[in-house]
Amino acid sequence: MAENKNENLLEVSGLKMHFPYHTGSLWTKKKGFIYAVDGVDLAIKKGETLGLVGESGCGKSTTLRAVAQLYRPTAGSVKLKGQELTTATDHEIMRARKDMQIVFQDPYASLNPRMTTRDIISEPMRIFTRAKILSLSRTEIDERVEQLMERVGLSRFFKNRYPHEFSGGQRQRIGIARALALKPDLVLCDEPVSALDVSIQAQILNLFKDLQEEFGLTYMFIAHDLAVIQYISNRIAVMYLGVIVELSDSAELYKKPLHPYTQALLSAAPIPDPAVERKRQRIILTGDVPSPDKARTGCYFYDRCSKRMDKCAQSVPKLKDAGSGHQVACFLYGD
Amino acid sequence: MTDDVILQVKDLKAYFKLDEGLLKAVDGVSFDLRKGETLGIVGESGSGKSVTNLAIMRLIPSPPGHIAGGEVVFMGDDILKMSDDGIRKIRGNKISMIFQDPMTCLNPFLKISTQMIETIVLHQGLDKKAAKEKAVDMLKLAGIPAPEKRIDQYPHQFSGGMRQRVMIAMALSCEPEILIADEPTTALDVTIQAQILELINELSERLGTAVILITHSLGVVAGMCDSICVMYAGRIVERGTADEIFSDPRHPYTQGLIKSVPRLDKVSTQRLYSIPGQPPNVINLPDCCPFFPRCERAMDVCKTKYPKVAELGDKRTVACWLYGEGK
Repeated sequence: MAENKNENLLEVSGLKMHFPYHTGSLWTKKKGFIYAVDGVDLAIKKGETLGLVGESGCGKSTTLRAVAQLYRPTAGSVKLKGQELTTATDHEIMRARKDMQIVFQDPYASLNPRMTTRDIISEPMRIFTRAKILSLSRTEIDERVEQLMERVGLSRFFKNRYPHEFSGGQRQRIGIARALALKPDLVLCDEPVSALDVSIQAQILNLFKDLQEEFGLTYMFIAHDLAVIQYISNRIAVMYLGVIVELSDSAELYKKPLHPYTQALLSAAPIPDPAVERKRQRIILTGDVPSPDKARTGCYFYDRCSKRMDKCAQSVPKLKDAGSGHQVACFLYGD
Repeated sequence: MTDDVILQVKDLKAYFKLDEGLLKAVDGVSFDLRKGETLGIVGESGSGKSVTNLAIMRLIPSPPGHIAGGEVVFMGDDILKMSDDGIRKIRGNKISMIFQDPMTCLNPFLKISTQMIETIVLHQGLDKKAAKEKAVDMLKLAGIPAPEKRIDQYPHQFSGGMRQRVMIAMALSCEPEILIADEPTTALDVTIQAQILELINELSERLGTAVILITHSLGVVAGMCDSICVMYAGRIVERGTADEIFSDPRHPYTQGLIKSVPRLDKVSTQRLYSIPGQPPNVINLPDCCPFFPRCERAMDVCKTKYPKVAELGDKRTVACWLYGEGK
């Protein structure tokens, strides 16, 4: 295949993921939807890292899972290397997953406690060999497990150990090795450093960067820590209540946040320096994130926005270019 | 200024007897807390920050844990030597605590009113009606809208941030001298975290409460605390004012920790510094510097003896062989 740097590896448009729920008793039964992801458009170029930030419940993880087809999206399209996944058959999706792997948040929950490290890392290769998508011999798989372990910073002598014998950071390395086992192009990282201690977090972030350089990986990286996202990403999408409110180049976003929500989010993030902290003006948002259980007719951020106008309640602002690829969904900018 | 000190912790040790051996969760921790001060205790998981504070409140589960030594002097009395009745009068009244996960600390079967009134009636001797009024006032102070209505609701009807506000209202309802906040914002989102920290700051100032803030987030302590203790493997490795710790960290661990956090205000594409290795297992830890396997400046002496705590001026200490007599 022609390797073009500017080619979009992943294209997502109009992605919606609505979860139905039922309330009330047998007679007063009501049906509703949780609008977890409500129209997301994004594209990731080969070799870049797209960061997704937002508060809990904003739909970051759901977006990632809908991209991976772990949920079948309600609407929209997900194209990996030009191939449409939302209408693909199970077998086609399995083939596509060879190019798209996930690293999960909680390294304590995402590794099977009854499997050894070797089994965990080799499982994807064994499954794909059995499905005749790959043809690897046992020795090839074993060699690859050892290579992967050494590459992510684990001694290959640990391959017969069980997950409980490792610390959180080491477990996350196992999870990364497993995700890389099939030599994917796209790695979807769902808060991979949030459960880790500060000193370990830096190690794992650096590992992600090194692996990206070495294998030309593309990341979709979720974190709720803005400083982490800034460090790892080329471009950042800020999500709120199931939609992207701002999407921009990483440095640009931090220098010049446009959306009132991004501004508040950035100003709320603590900075580890008392001198800087004392001088900062904080925008403290009032209230909580509203529940995503109703369809919205106005701006999703309307309830908590300090700069809201009448028209914000009447129609939903679309994500528009505000100059040099900096996209924002807010009526304050452009018309 | 010693008369300002309301809590003095001296050489506190809390050990746990496990099948694998003796776990020295807290091994000789000393610090003072002055009136109205906000003290931050930072450290990674397993460094003993929470156990230190459970020991102060005498809440260490025993067995397997026990307090192996030290003193906790609160307003002239040693809490560790007090009778059970004595400590009960202090807990929740003079010293109260808020925890990381407010859902596990509130009883899901009881209305907020029942839970708050219980504390107030017990410690302040008010009747139920007056106690409820007081509880409503506290909820209002903690920024809960329509407190008269909300007080008769159950914990699950509150959001995470609101629950933490309820916890703060409850903890401060007896106007304690000390509020111990154990990772109060770790389970919350950034914008909610900012609200809660602001609230703790404002209320502690208004009520003159001293705060011990336990957290793993350097950003949170930087914005909130007057002084900071950095813990590693059950001991305080460095102590000083917030400015000293951040502008002039001395212990190699503190230095590494500060360098390894990505910063929002300094956009850089440079590789992040990271401390090599893993935090130590504190079971059967030998009497050496626990940080030496990860330390860039480790010397021979670090492998044989725990460093003496060097005093570097008023309330500034560091436990490292690079400083003091060991130098």
